[in-house]
Amino acid sequence: MTEKVHIAVALDGAGWHPAAWREPTARPTELTTAGYWRDLVRAADDAGVVFATIEDALTLEGRTAEPDAGIRRDRVRGRLDALLVASFLAPLTRRIGLVPTVTTTHPEPFHLATGLQTLDHASLGRAGARIVAGSSPQERANFGRRGDGPDGFPASGRVEDDPAWQAAFREAGEVVDVIRRLADSWEDDAIIRDVESGRFLDRERVHNADFEGEFFSITGASIVPRSPQGQPLITALAHQSIPYRFAAEHADVVFVTPRSADEAAAIIAEVEQAAAEVRDEPERLRVFADLLVLIEETEAAALEAWNRLEERAPIATDAHIVIGTAATIVDELRTLAAAGVDGIRLRPARLPADLSAITEQVIPVARAAGILHDDDVSPTLRQRLGLPRRSSRFVAQEVSA
Amino acid sequence: MSRRIHLAAHFPGVNNATVWTDPTAGSQIDFSSFEYFARNAERGLFDYLFLAEGLRLREHRGRIHDLDVLGRPNTLAILAALAGVTENIGLVGTLSTTFNEPYELARQLATLDHLSNGRAGWNAVTSSDAFHGANFRRGGFLDHGDRYRRAAEFAELSKRLWASWRDDAILADADTGEFLRRDAIEQVAHRSDLFDIDARFDVPRSPQHRPLIVQAGDSADGRDFATAHADVIFSLHTEFEDAQEFYRDVKGRLAAVGRQEDDLKILPAASFVLGDTLEEARERSREIALAQVRPETAITYLEQVWNRDFSGYDPDGPLPDVEPDTGAESAQGFANRHAAVRSRIAKLREVAEAEKLSIRDLIIRLTANHTFVGTPDQVAADIDRYVQERATDGFTVVGHLTPHGLDEFTDKVIPLLQERGTYRTSYEDGATLRETLGVAGERAAVGV
Repeated sequence: MTEKVHIAVALDGAGWHPAAWREPTARPTELTTAGYWRDLVRAADDAGVVFATIEDALTLEGRTAEPDAGIRRDRVRGRLDALLVASFLAPLTRRIGLVPTVTTTHPEPFHLATGLQTLDHASLGRAGARIVAGSSPQERANFGRRGDGPDGFPASGRVEDDPAWQAAFREAGEVVDVIRRLADSWEDDAIIRDVESGRFLDRERVHNADFEGEFFSITGASIVPRSPQGQPLITALAHQSIPYRFAAEHADVVFVTPRSADEAAAIIAEVEQAAAEVRDEPERLRVFADLLVLIEETEAAALEAWNRLEERAPIATDAHIVIGTAATIVDELRTLAAAGVDGIRLRPARLPADLSAITEQVIPVARAAGILHDDDVSPTLRQRLGLPRRSSRFVAQEVSA
Repeated sequence: MSRRIHLAAHFPGVNNATVWTDPTAGSQIDFSSFEYFARNAERGLFDYLFLAEGLRLREHRGRIHDLDVLGRPNTLAILAALAGVTENIGLVGTLSTTFNEPYELARQLATLDHLSNGRAGWNAVTSSDAFHGANFRRGGFLDHGDRYRRAAEFAELSKRLWASWRDDAILADADTGEFLRRDAIEQVAHRSDLFDIDARFDVPRSPQHRPLIVQAGDSADGRDFATAHADVIFSLHTEFEDAQEFYRDVKGRLAAVGRQEDDLKILPAASFVLGDTLEEARERSREIALAQVRPETAITYLEQVWNRDFSGYDPDGPLPDVEPDTGAESAQGFANRHAAVRSRIAKLREVAEAEKLSIRDLIIRLTANHTFVGTPDQVAADIDRYVQERATDGFTVVGHLTPHGLDEFTDKVIPLLQERGTYRTSYEDGATLRETLGVAGERAAVGV
């Protein structure tokens, strides 16, 4: 039997290649307009993409490792708040999951939690979040509230060698805990509208978060009643052991960056090992492999387009790069599916060009090849990924008490 | 020349003024309710939709309050969603300067302004208490003076961040490879005992440049803040002479800071009840008031003031003749709290005795006293009079039902205001919220 996968897309600015904004098909002066995002995400929705992640960062230069990023004028600068872009898109789309990036060092966890619940209400059950740990010195200067935090990556490149990064992941874990607790704080049937007794809600079915962590505490229940999915889909990008453990403990979906099918299998084994040690979530962690893609009608045209981009600005990326035709991409999908991933998150090198190629060519070809999950009609994002809706943890407590 | 009326549409809140026991009352949280409300307000050509903010569920004597509508969306997320399904109406949300940070809130409001093509607004409020603070990293409590200092510095910083990108910052020259123009973005640094910020903003200048700022505080500090920063005041002054006095006081402060009378609009909250005759409107007003203040609502209100169990009292009887429970004498702030509660109770007794009111009628008098009651003609004439005689620039109108509470106002009162020639008959194509409201922007003033 052929292994089947889901296809997601990752959206950021003019695309994932730093020179993408200079392409004739790019729309570089529209990157912060409503129309740009509506066009991109509607196209993905119509094609049956399972979800779209939307990048974000709380600094001008974003999450780049370029040392002179702060003063460069040849890169895309300026963005919109991803959670609000996703909220804007909610009533304009039908089935696609909306997964904004959220950072966890500065935003108030309470606002993040209620924002995601509201996204879930407005999208009728299609909300997710990509959780990012840590902050940069520039982000801390923008906020001016706390001085602690990592100062770039440690020389080893391994976050376990830096106590500040370890703390950042613990804090991100607390933020996810609180997002889930607040999402559960109203039971599904808390609103009773009982005219006879004059009670709008049953307060026995609304529960304070009562969260006390290492980094913050939150006392009350959410202000938002329980949303269609119950909890939003939690996702995280991970490249090494501490982030793998973070994802295994807290996420529903992990994005990983294998360079080959063998590497994919090895990463899946490592993630599964981490999950065996730290995971309490009842559902299996879903693994999506990231691919950065550039797609043209012929291999030669694709290579030429790639070379043009690289001459202007060489890329540095964590993801495996695939350059070619729709058939080239589908071959990669088949290989990764066989290696055991649940899905692929495609990062278009150029927007909107490579997203159009994904929706108009890659998905139809992959579907015809039988490697995509059925384009089903499940109403919520979690259901599309095979994750059942769970009742609030507080209901479970009552039953076991 | 006659003055133009401006109206905001207030989504019904989580208090006893919103009647959920009515068989036609809909969901307070489903997106369809917000979409319905917004589309109706846009049909009525309202200047903007107005949303309150929730930071914690209301409690009564240590337990979640269960008599009123409870539960609402995150303000920014729901406004962003509404931007997608509306074209012209402004989108104004209440957001605390205490439990947000300037860089983040400024980028969220600028985002909303981009997504709505220039229709974003911010009702800036301060929060004071540890009860709400318990849901936030910052936690705790700021005293009154510090709250307003923080609000003023917050607003000032937000304005500087919004102005920090040049209009023409994005060059996007594919040939030369210059995305940003030289010196396109100004650094914003600010250091005080409240903030220590050295920021480079990451959102390009938005269509309004500076989202609309609304402010509700009525204290001397609040009026100073409004004079310096606000475009609209959401006041509580609806009694005619009192409103005129407030109007004179606030507008009189503007000249000193180089602003014009029209630069700051005053739009107090107003409720309404319509009928075919005045008599019928009064009867409906009484019926709605009885639904807004049910017997248990009245008793609960008193329990909150006295901090005592009054479940044994008759809501149709007189006020309880007992002392309040103001907590332990050793507790910090006891003397102030004790005096404030006693003075509040003395006022309640004074009103109840002067007008011979039962408990329930007293609470109706205090919380369900509808601003405009009459035929559509009478209500339209009243609203027009307030505006023409400089008591207000219009109103922030709230209905008692979700989500259709303003339908009747839109159907019956708006056409009469239009006939009087003092209310718009269409939106201007592509107008920003500032343009719709007629408040000066800063397009000319910011350095380009």
